Amino acid sequence: MNNLLVAENIIKNYGDYTALNNVSIEVPKGSIFGLLGPNGAGKTTLIRIINQITMPDKGLVTLDGEKLHADHIKNIGYLPEERGLYKSMKVGEQALYLAQLKGLTKAQARERLKYWFDKFGIGDWWNKKVQELSKGMAQKIQFIVTVLHQPKLLIFDEPFSGFDPINANLIKDEILQLRDEGATIIFATHRMESVEELCDHIALIHESNKILDGKLIDIKRAYKSNLYEVGLLTENKVETENYLKEKFELSEATFKTINDEVKFNIKIENGQTANQLISHLTTKGQLTHFVEVIPSVNDIFIQTVQNN
Amino acid sequence: MNHLSLITKREYLNKVKNKSFIIMTFLSPLIMVALFALIAYLTQLNNDKVRIISVLDESNLFASEFKSTESTKYDILTNVTLEDAKKIVQESENYGLLFIPKADSIEAIADKIKFYSEESPSLIVMEKIEARIEDKARNIKLKNSGLDSELIDALNVKINTNLETFAGEKTSKLGGGLKLAFGGAAGYLLFMFIIIYGNMIMRSVIEEKTSRIIEVIISSVKPIQLLLGKIFGTSLAGITQFLIWIVIGGVLMAVVSAVFGINMSEGQMAQQEVLDQVSNNAAMQSEIDLVIREMFNLPLANLMIMFILFFIGGYLLYGSLYAAIGAAVDSETDTQQFMMPLLMPLMLAIYVGFFTVIENPHGTVSQVFSYIPFTSPVVMLMRIPFGVPIWQQLLSVAILFGTFFMTVMFAAKIYKVGILMYGKKPSYKELIKWLKY
Repeated sequence: MNNLLVAENIIKNYGDYTALNNVSIEVPKGSIFGLLGPNGAGKTTLIRIINQITMPDKGLVTLDGEKLHADHIKNIGYLPEERGLYKSMKVGEQALYLAQLKGLTKAQARERLKYWFDKFGIGDWWNKKVQELSKGMAQKIQFIVTVLHQPKLLIFDEPFSGFDPINANLIKDEILQLRDEGATIIFATHRMESVEELCDHIALIHESNKILDGKLIDIKRAYKSNLYEVGLLTENKVETENYLKEKFELSEATFKTINDEVKFNIKIENGQTANQLISHLTTKGQLTHFVEVIPSVNDIFIQTVQNN
Repeated sequence: MNHLSLITKREYLNKVKNKSFIIMTFLSPLIMVALFALIAYLTQLNNDKVRIISVLDESNLFASEFKSTESTKYDILTNVTLEDAKKIVQESENYGLLFIPKADSIEAIADKIKFYSEESPSLIVMEKIEARIEDKARNIKLKNSGLDSELIDALNVKINTNLETFAGEKTSKLGGGLKLAFGGAAGYLLFMFIIIYGNMIMRSVIEEKTSRIIEVIISSVKPIQLLLGKIFGTSLAGITQFLIWIVIGGVLMAVVSAVFGINMSEGQMAQQEVLDQVSNNAAMQSEIDLVIREMFNLPLANLMIMFILFFIGGYLLYGSLYAAIGAAVDSETDTQQFMMPLLMPLMLAIYVGFFTVIENPHGTVSQVFSYIPFTSPVVMLMRIPFGVPIWQQLLSVAILFGTFFMTVMFAAKIYKVGILMYGKKPSYKELIKWLKY
């Protein structure tokens, strides 16, 4: 059993509106799983089903091979997109309360909170009221409360919204560390660029349907279009272009260089190799730039949505 | 269960530690007492001003009837014309001038009696004056027809029907008033409690929505646990407040009566003197005895137990609905449209209680409304002092709690959906749709 969480054929309707249409995902143990999609695609509904906040109309969710039941909330830490704290409560009291709701004893909670407060250097916040904190400060508390009970599965819904770049980096490092310590992480966002460096698996949800999922690297391989960026220093630009046009499919390139090169995006056909392309290029001049174009998650997403 | 107690505890402490709650709890009894003291003082002040009423009695029949009292002085004018009398009264700034003309018969006099004053006189003053003239006129007429008024007074029999139930409990008409007071107070207290603390629950739900903490909590506990914890915690805070009020109220009452004790007995003395003129002292004494006896005759234990049961039941019933409203909206200003259907039955209960129950505590309407769960806490509490069979009371309580379990299910459904809905004000149609999610 390599998957920590499996959701099979989840269907959820709100009246006439279908929020999730037969969506299945498999989240491998120890991975960072990106749950991607535009606003309103159904990400939050799926997350709420995993958290047992809403029940699916059809479908099955298993955690570690067991059908989801009430006790599992202790194994899940959830940082919702719409998040907040009781404004009139003191930070420490509130953190203790939320930790106890997750099944920690008061003593356990106090001890672990001390560790995290020291780690973030916010020990003196303990007796402050939440309304005295800035938004970013409150988000830190929320992050701590989410991970405090050391759950197997962590779910972050847009975790970086509301953080400045420095704190966003801090949180990102914490997330990576938690993964290294063995936690499995689901990371929901509509900002595709933040996915690239964190996620190793992704699922794309669009208009209530899952349209793509798998290992990020496999998906990228599947979506690569055998396109290469080429920069070539040559004396006869026109002749070179005509020469290459006969053999390959050329298109205009936009990457930046510092010399006066000819620049192309060159697509190689099945049966042709990059080496063949290079050997053709070197006969015509000095090769200064040769990069395989790897599609970004954003490109993949747009392409997939358009194809559907 | 552990979650429920955690939530209840947090809700309770959060309410009780709140500054405005503390201020309200300790200040409002003081304000109440201060208000009473102020009213008492003002009344005294009002009575301090002695009214001087001039009387010009040309018939010479009635002047002797107007004996000055502490608050009203009668200035009997003689040997002046009406015009002069008017001038005198105006110049002296007296309260007014009572003019009784000379005529052949009592009826003719009565027709022409006039009262002149700067402003319209108070009704109470006029009633007093009229009563005196009427008394005297009657006596004169009796005498003219050859009857002795004193003899007639002596012949009057004062009837005070002694009421007794078949079970042998002695009651009295006076007791009826007392029962009404007790039942009314209990019903009204409950009504106020529901409105104040129901609103508190609602605000607490809205607060969780606007602060966006709800989803964090709801991923740890079931919505129904949160809902119940909220209702229990808030009601415990309310009960705490009530207990503190009772204690403070008791202490303050003791203090006030110790300070003003002398004044009070003085007032009673004065009253006693007046009363002595009307009836004899012994009769008065027996009336007071009767009140005290009646108070102990009331089913006090029954009333107390039922008060607590109806209190809890009624509060839980309405509290769950208030919570549902809080969950459905985004801010307090949006609650109006949903408050009406909630307040209507409560208002109806109060009206039925104060009008129908007074008229006939065991009439059909009173009976029906004391079973309908949305009105029963108020109406039944008002009926109990008049004697309602225990089985009927228990039936009503059972219906109340049964309905509570249904409304809490209903409320939980609205709550479950509503707490995760932001940014729109739902219509009733949408609420019904939520029930099906």
